[in-house]
Amino acid sequence: MTDRQETWITGIGLISSLGEGLDAHWEALEQGRVNVDDKTFAPWLVHPLAPVTFDAQIPKKSDQRQMEALQRIGTYAAGLALESAGIKGKADLLARTDMIVASGGGERDVGVDAAIMTEMVASGAPSGLVNERLMHNLRPTLFLAQLPNLLAGNISIVHGVTGSSRTFMGEEEAGINAVRIAFARIAAGQSDIALVGGAYNSERLDLMLLYECAAALRREFAPVWQRGPAGGFAPGSAGVFLVIESRRHAEARGARPFARLAGAVAGHARRAPQETLTGTFEAMWRELGPREADAAIVTTATGAEPATAGERRFLEAHADVPVRGLGTRFGNTMEAQFPLAVAIGALSLSRGALFAPGDASGVERAASQAPAQVVAVCAGHWRGEGMALIERAK
Amino acid sequence: MAKFRDRAGRPIVVVTGMGLVTSLGAGKDDNWRRLIAGESGIRAITRFPTEGLKTRIAGTIDFVPAEPFSSAELSDRIAHLAAEEAVAEAAIGARGDFPGPLFLAVAPIEMEWSVRETLARASGASGDMTYAVLMRSAGNGRFGHYHERFMLGSVADHLARHFGTRGAPVSLSTACASGASAIQLGVEAIRRGETEAALCVASDGSVNAEALIRFSLLSALSTRNEPPQGASRPFSKDRDGFVMAEGAGALVLESLEAATARGAEILGVVAGCGEGTDSFHRTRSSPDAKPIIGCMENALTDAGFAAGRIDHINAHGTSTPENDKMECLGITAVFGERAASIPISSNKSMIGHTLSAAGAVEAIVSLLTLAHQRIPPTINHDIPDPAIPLDVVSNAARDARVTAVMSNSFGFGGQNVSLILTREPE
Repeated sequence: MTDRQETWITGIGLISSLGEGLDAHWEALEQGRVNVDDKTFAPWLVHPLAPVTFDAQIPKKSDQRQMEALQRIGTYAAGLALESAGIKGKADLLARTDMIVASGGGERDVGVDAAIMTEMVASGAPSGLVNERLMHNLRPTLFLAQLPNLLAGNISIVHGVTGSSRTFMGEEEAGINAVRIAFARIAAGQSDIALVGGAYNSERLDLMLLYECAAALRREFAPVWQRGPAGGFAPGSAGVFLVIESRRHAEARGARPFARLAGAVAGHARRAPQETLTGTFEAMWRELGPREADAAIVTTATGAEPATAGERRFLEAHADVPVRGLGTRFGNTMEAQFPLAVAIGALSLSRGALFAPGDASGVERAASQAPAQVVAVCAGHWRGEGMALIERAK
Repeated sequence: MAKFRDRAGRPIVVVTGMGLVTSLGAGKDDNWRRLIAGESGIRAITRFPTEGLKTRIAGTIDFVPAEPFSSAELSDRIAHLAAEEAVAEAAIGARGDFPGPLFLAVAPIEMEWSVRETLARASGASGDMTYAVLMRSAGNGRFGHYHERFMLGSVADHLARHFGTRGAPVSLSTACASGASAIQLGVEAIRRGETEAALCVASDGSVNAEALIRFSLLSALSTRNEPPQGASRPFSKDRDGFVMAEGAGALVLESLEAATARGAEILGVVAGCGEGTDSFHRTRSSPDAKPIIGCMENALTDAGFAAGRIDHINAHGTSTPENDKMECLGITAVFGERAASIPISSNKSMIGHTLSAAGAVEAIVSLLTLAHQRIPPTINHDIPDPAIPLDVVSNAARDARVTAVMSNSFGFGGQNVSLILTREPE
């Protein structure tokens, strides 16, 4: 095997409830802005996608029509990332750019579903009813919005990324694994350059239904650290993609880094008792190697319990490290959650500062110095823990 | 030392355990016997009403209990069965303590109609049943098990817990290439030196009414319902679509060095993996077959093999008009004049298209082919398609000298993966 390759983050594409692009996000983070909708799905909350003109990254209407919201969000963010890395439209480079996408799927036609459920309950669900209604009312192309790997498929079609294409599933853990394995491949010389990230559409009652079965959703908005023992998360829309590449590859094409990706690790703790999560975080923290004095933590804690309480114990054990939380500001962006933490960590390093604390509970405190390292931290609402070490590129 | 590494200096990756469940039965021995006999696992669907549907057949697995029934539950059960067989054969680690990570190719998990119906009825509401109505009954504490069951990562979580695999399990989908991608991820992890072993599992239990209808609306399925066994006809002139099927395959991969050190029996070698991503269309292959050609060539390059080394192709061979034509075009371009004389066969003629599982299921059949030096037939090959001038192993198994197999898997979304499997490390 070749020597371990230094890995750079050279592109970031970001859309979310807070807007589009790096400047808009930085400004929103500095101002502590939150975009939460407590009306549309009341009593539940979502952080809806800020208005986006999809044409800018998905020029063909015919392509847009073939996608549902999740795929449009992801394909758009992927385009922003490629643009940010300076490789958009560079066919030769894109043809050997590897891709790992974290995606769910299953977008549904909620109108068709509601009509079938209504008839089902009213009529006692006669045999063949569902068949008949689905056969006649489902749009054939909806299936293509239901397959998780078709987000990657759309990125290949719209942006021409065709090096390799792998889709990871499994909620937040999918995003953790995507970053971890894309990084491992580059560090080991199995890949030179990769597009990695995920997307999530929060404005879907059919998916909220799934989380509500576990009573996991928050009803009244409060900052994550002040949600009390019941906790609860608010789904948040986001598309987050990173271009990562070996330093050698980046320098050969004259690309500038946002930051260096120095490590990415994952855990899979049982969540009861709570200590197992805290212990997993400690193990991952050690696995990332020694920390410098001016390190900071960017966490995605969402208020999901017992995950957030377990994470808080970990943070309290490292009280000397400044913390910034994304959960209050973005909600739970699921498959995009870990890529989001890595993206915001890299952005902070490239701006030479941590954004302002957005919390009165004492978890987030003003930082006296610019961070040289950021540890991105993510705990899935049910399973999956991830950490990445991001450093100022020298 | 050197003999444990391939030409590129990477650890050689071998297979030391395999498990298989298809509509033909559970266990690789039973499956092999039936495959060689040319038996079909395709039958009329009895799991749900099929009235009014154009396609009423599938390769369902009805002999594995999965209660309460859902595609997620069945995918979970058959994945466990296959992995149990593979881990037992490899005799690796301790029970519940597998010394490596899990890579799982799995059908996308979704909430199903039976669940919606239960939640709708539990709401006690009448009139319009919207998701908002269901939401009100969902959070009452009685339905927490639905959350876990229908998380996309749940099957992998259950497998990881049961087998004690290391680290975070990976659930993946590359559509109909998923099973091959799971193997590829395992191979890469071993080559990186991250682990000495990996458990690669692929599972698909998704024959339910809605899934069948979705494929049907894309006109992808065979509608030749009578007799069911005759519906899957890869490379035949009168093929009219694929047959949905269920299945699971599991492989224990190890570095040759670790397998040798513990005296494990080596069942075969994953010599190479190749990918080729197609940006032409969401469901159709590029008409010039370039991505498929690139995929097969990448696999050969990865293995360090000239095309001449391949003496059998385990085809993707779905029995759709488009796939079989494009696969033939790709093979012809890669293998040139030899293309017409390399025995090729499609397991899908007998077990249908096991979708997310197919890449692993067919890799296992390829390894069994190498072990037995006998190629399973492509059944229903009664009227060869004159536009496919390949050496299809028609209707009866064939004894052959097989040293290196190419196993192809192509999927929606431009996903193509080819694996190269051999008998002996070299």
